[in-house]
Amino acid sequence: MTLPTAIALVMLLALIAYCLSGGADFGGGVWDLLASGPQAKKQRSLIASAISPIWEANHVWLVLLVTLLFVCFPKAYTAISISLHIPLTLMLVGIVMRGAAFTFRSYGKPFEERARRWELVFAIASILTPIMLGITIASLATGRVRAPVATASFFQNYVSPWLAPFPLAVGFFTLCLFALLAAVYLILETQEQALREIFRRKALAACLAVGVLAMICFLLSRGEAPRIEMGLTQQWWSIPFQIVTGACAVGTFIFLWLRHYQWARLFAALQVGLIVCGWGFSQYPYLVIPQIKIQDAAPPAMLKPVLLALLLGVAVLIPSFLYLYRVFKGKRFEKVAGN
Amino acid sequence: MALTLGFHIVFAVFGMAMPLLMIIAEGRWLRTGDAVYLKLAKAWAKGTAILFAVGAVSGTVLSFELGLLWPQFMAYAGPIIGMPFSLEGFAFFLEAIFLGIYLYGWEKIPPRIHWVSGLLVLIGGIASGIFIMAANAWMNTPTGFEIQNGVIVHVDPWRAMLNPAYFPQALHMLVAAFQAVGFAVAGVHAYFLLKEKESLFHKRAIQIAFPIAAIMALLQPLSGDLLARHVADYQPAKLAAMEGQWETQRGAPLRIGGLPDAKSETTPYAVKIPKLLSFLAHGDFDAEVRGLKSFPVADRPPVAPVHIAFQVMVLCGVVMIAVGLWGAWLMFRRRMLNAKSFLRTLVLISPLGILAIEAGWVVTEVGRQPWVIYGFQRTAEAVTPMPGLTFSFLVFLGIYSILSFAVITTMKRYVFSDTSLRETGKRP
Repeated sequence: MTLPTAIALVMLLALIAYCLSGGADFGGGVWDLLASGPQAKKQRSLIASAISPIWEANHVWLVLLVTLLFVCFPKAYTAISISLHIPLTLMLVGIVMRGAAFTFRSYGKPFEERARRWELVFAIASILTPIMLGITIASLATGRVRAPVATASFFQNYVSPWLAPFPLAVGFFTLCLFALLAAVYLILETQEQALREIFRRKALAACLAVGVLAMICFLLSRGEAPRIEMGLTQQWWSIPFQIVTGACAVGTFIFLWLRHYQWARLFAALQVGLIVCGWGFSQYPYLVIPQIKIQDAAPPAMLKPVLLALLLGVAVLIPSFLYLYRVFKGKRFEKVAGN
Repeated sequence: MALTLGFHIVFAVFGMAMPLLMIIAEGRWLRTGDAVYLKLAKAWAKGTAILFAVGAVSGTVLSFELGLLWPQFMAYAGPIIGMPFSLEGFAFFLEAIFLGIYLYGWEKIPPRIHWVSGLLVLIGGIASGIFIMAANAWMNTPTGFEIQNGVIVHVDPWRAMLNPAYFPQALHMLVAAFQAVGFAVAGVHAYFLLKEKESLFHKRAIQIAFPIAAIMALLQPLSGDLLARHVADYQPAKLAAMEGQWETQRGAPLRIGGLPDAKSETTPYAVKIPKLLSFLAHGDFDAEVRGLKSFPVADRPPVAPVHIAFQVMVLCGVVMIAVGLWGAWLMFRRRMLNAKSFLRTLVLISPLGILAIEAGWVVTEVGRQPWVIYGFQRTAEAVTPMPGLTFSFLVFLGIYSILSFAVITTMKRYVFSDTSLRETGKRP
């Protein structure tokens, strides 16, 4: 494995980590928005309390991803930043809005009624980010991200690379995936049966939505992102990969149905991880189809220190991260181990 | 981008310096068992958390904005100064993790370990700040690479990171962070102390925050001098703009005040102290100081903003030194906490540190123009080709207004007026 590929792999892992942590946070925003009925307030405060201790740490995966991109793959970073300026900006809007919502809620008493309007604004804005993230990633696969052409119109240079059926579908797919993750996580964040049932139902609904959208994305990929379709069907690893991913998806559903929530959590996370990997492997060796490959990375002299920094960082951070989780989630794990 | 950075720096300095106040308070609680210190540590931790969260968000935005707004700069610079950015990311991650532990783990982990978590937050914050300063310093004194036939070769990321501007800039920023936060926090508590005259909570707070502020205020001119001398050697155009020095001359005077005029290439309305600039810049009263006129017009930074910002910054610094000395004398006489005029002054000058920081950043960033990488890449070459950026700017202005509103409201409601945090002696 070459150095650029190794780093690309790290970036893929960072993306997965972001989806599993930050993604769940945004997914929580969806449920926050859709919370209704007599238990609405309780649902919302559960969402807020579950994420609080680890919230700031979630961003780091995204920053790691972006940093590795601009340090090691500057051509790709530049092309993406120019061509996908609009979805990336909108993604940021969502991140900032979510940050504001988090600030409002987590550090004080629950919001009063008159401020509900603000909550709605934040919740709606925080749906932007998963959709835009999905759009951005999908656009890389469509072959439309390229340097702006002076003779082309604004629309052609800065809008059409991402405003197309496949990226949009993947955007909504991402939203549903995050919502699924959030619902599955939240079930285990509470001991209250009533709340658990509510989120169980939501998680099941999300599973179905994910399934439907996965189909749509796959069908659209045939026309717009042929490399993805190839990766999903024609590589030597495609069919086994599909089977495993599908098994995780079905497994998530079954465990939810049977109320084995720890397993459901595991399978949901696996499912998301595998989907991201599937995308990554299909796109290999391209970062931006069709012009930029992983091998177009910065030269080794620059990559080696990065790798060193990464290893050092990981050596320090993983134990710290585990300690954080142990301090806050340890007791719960002990309690539900019998589940 | 200046908007985001101007916003971010405020939250970043609080994230850097508040943990020091936090762990001092907690340390005193552990040593004396005085519950007031515990309340103080918790209140400060809460404020830190809010500011940290917002700082984190604005930091994420920055990492995107680098590419969204300056793709050509990143294409050039990304691989060269990627190291400090990566390291900053890790330092931040460390900080975030241990801040989470600190904020939510009061009851869950042994007190000593809890205090160590706070210490790690402080170290992480300082490390973060220092690493980022390496990147900015590189923009001023780019090293660690060569250009052959228009292509970048022989990149040495370590040399790039340890560039000449690094130490003076990092030192100055670090001192500034603690100074600004010290005065801001002291000012806030002074305000409340004037209202609740016997509050032990606020008295203790000032006793912790003010000495830090004062010590830093006294150290700052030293680090400022070091930095200015560095700038005189490495970025003479910037120094000339800072000082409103148009003519290249020996025995150049120091100008206080003055309004530089680019058309006439003079700086009228200034009080001039003869020969002092030569001495401050190069250590010799008769040393030659390069004037703006010795640079082609296309290479000169906008003089008026740089000069005025510099004067503002120094003025703030002088005021803070004066207040620091006054307070130190009062402390020595054990009269500080009762001196109403002093407390009122503290309240009045509490934003000066932040103002100085913003002014200082204007000096260094605008003073570096027209370069984004000094001597190598002009700002105009680095910007994104996408049109309609006015729209993006307005979007971000809107976002930050909302974020600022959110922060101020939250701080007011849940930190400042949360009386359960401030009850002195009585447990709620």
